[in-house]
Amino acid sequence: MEKTAVAGKSNKIKTDRVFPVVNTIILVALMFFTLYPVLNTVAYSFNEGTDALRGNIGLLPRKFSLDSYKSILSDAAVYRAAWISASKTVLITLLNLFWTSMLAYALSRKEFVLRKLITVIMVLTMYVNAGLIPNYLLISKTLNLSNKYLVYIIPCMFSCFNMIVIRTYIANLPEALVESARIDGAGDIRIFWQIIFPLCKPVLATVALFVAVGSWNSWFDTYLYAGGKKNLYTLQYLLKMKLATTQASANAAKSTAEAMTTLGQTTPITIRCAITVIATVPILVVYPFLQQYFVKGIALGSVKE
Amino acid sequence: MRSISKKNELSTGRSGSAGFGKKLTKQWQLLLMSVPMLLYVLLFNYGPMWGWITAFQDYKPKKGITGSEFVGLKNFKWLFSRPDFLQSIRNTLGMSVINLVLGTITSILLAILLNEVRHTGFKRVVQTVTYLPHFLSMVIVVGMAQNIFASNGPINQFLTGVGLIKTPIFFLGEGKLFWWLVGIINVWKEVGWNTIIYIAAMTAIDPSLYEAASIDGAGRFAKIRYITLPGIKSTFVILLIMNIGHLMEAGFELQYLLSSSLTIDWAQTIDIFVLKYGISKQQYGVATAAGMFKSIVAIILLFTANTIAKKLDESTLV
Repeated sequence: MEKTAVAGKSNKIKTDRVFPVVNTIILVALMFFTLYPVLNTVAYSFNEGTDALRGNIGLLPRKFSLDSYKSILSDAAVYRAAWISASKTVLITLLNLFWTSMLAYALSRKEFVLRKLITVIMVLTMYVNAGLIPNYLLISKTLNLSNKYLVYIIPCMFSCFNMIVIRTYIANLPEALVESARIDGAGDIRIFWQIIFPLCKPVLATVALFVAVGSWNSWFDTYLYAGGKKNLYTLQYLLKMKLATTQASANAAKSTAEAMTTLGQTTPITIRCAITVIATVPILVVYPFLQQYFVKGIALGSVKE
Repeated sequence: MRSISKKNELSTGRSGSAGFGKKLTKQWQLLLMSVPMLLYVLLFNYGPMWGWITAFQDYKPKKGITGSEFVGLKNFKWLFSRPDFLQSIRNTLGMSVINLVLGTITSILLAILLNEVRHTGFKRVVQTVTYLPHFLSMVIVVGMAQNIFASNGPINQFLTGVGLIKTPIFFLGEGKLFWWLVGIINVWKEVGWNTIIYIAAMTAIDPSLYEAASIDGAGRFAKIRYITLPGIKSTFVILLIMNIGHLMEAGFELQYLLSSSLTIDWAQTIDIFVLKYGISKQQYGVATAAGMFKSIVAIILLFTANTIAKKLDESTLV
């Protein structure tokens, strides 16, 4: 690599011309590999069920059919799961933003006497985790939250990383904003809600995206705390269960490949792909609007701590 | 206008804040804003640490922590006599190292390539596309992986089509391929996202360095080698320390969802071990001991890495 660079002017011009072309080709190929599995899943979801078992479907369905979507959209369990997923995502996001940003403001105030102590207590939680079983015993046995809707909400109301991201952002706002409001007689609660909070829109959008995506995508909490209650299943958990069934058939197929063809009309694989598409669409809708914010947000979070 | 008024406020504001007492009673509003989440964190993050006691007990849910019998280090001794626990330590570290090495190399490479793109529109498109998988859930990613790596999936089709292999490889059923499968899937999911920090570091490099190098006759590769790479060195070191601190976190969802009875010997991480013994077999004491072992090793790793970095470079973390 270095040789070409030092070798002389003609070589330098050559690499300067060739490199952008090669670079573009590599990046286009990378985009193709990134999108292929996604588009492949979409193609499967629109394919006819039995035909999909033959595999070898690329970017377009081989035998177009809407059966998978029809069967999903007539399934009450899917609607219920979508409602649980959506409602808990909205609730968690709002509560999380409320508590996290308020604490972030308090910890951004240099005159706050408990600032150091509370900050250390918070930051330590990022490195020390009690572990799965103690958490499970607390939530499930001590607090008795299992199989209740609240088990989705209560353990997810706060995140230290997000708090630090917001705190860093607030600390970079002009100090005069707070001080002048204080002279006008405003207390910290009013200063935060009326002045600081509206100015934090970019960072709040970032954090909202992180929290919402995390909540929307989670399945393990259902598995751990609500596995016995069908009313509380989320979309991701439904998908997880479909995954288990298709995997079981895939394992069986290793020994007897023909076993798969005996499966029904709309096989789990097309159904699973259709649910995947439905579960991904909300993220795809929100994502482009928030993209401009989160790049700044993650860079901010990495600067401090 | 606004900036002028801001300046005025600044000068008057200073004198106001100087008289602001440091007494907690005066700061009751700040206290009110922070106490709820302080209590919350004490309950949900520190509270469970009380449960670490069960690692030294023959814990019975009915008797609770206060009523269960203490057994000393018996749980830990039992753990280290179990081949499947030792196996899960091996798997955790193996997959972590693969994730760390593959992840770091690919994201630095991609960041460099993106940094060389002059057309901002194209750059933005590539970034948008490559960040996307980061937002997909592991359940969805594993579903896609099952299609892609299936015996009749596109990769096998391609390999047999080109003539590299005669019979399809059963990727998802080969234990020895599992670590690499996890590595590849993680790269696919996170490579774009991981470039964000490196690109941020690259934009902080003084452009005049590149100009001066051009005048001195440096080509593109020389500039990458002597300006870009040294420019991201401190970011690289910080991320490396953080990742070494997280070596015990090989990820859990991907292995759990992707594995099957055929691959479990290579797929079971410490987290899956804890889940299996703690939740499925209800051996809380043993599972807590395993989790505690993991946490302690993680803390030791973090501080060791940080100390080494301090000596190396002065760029510290905690």
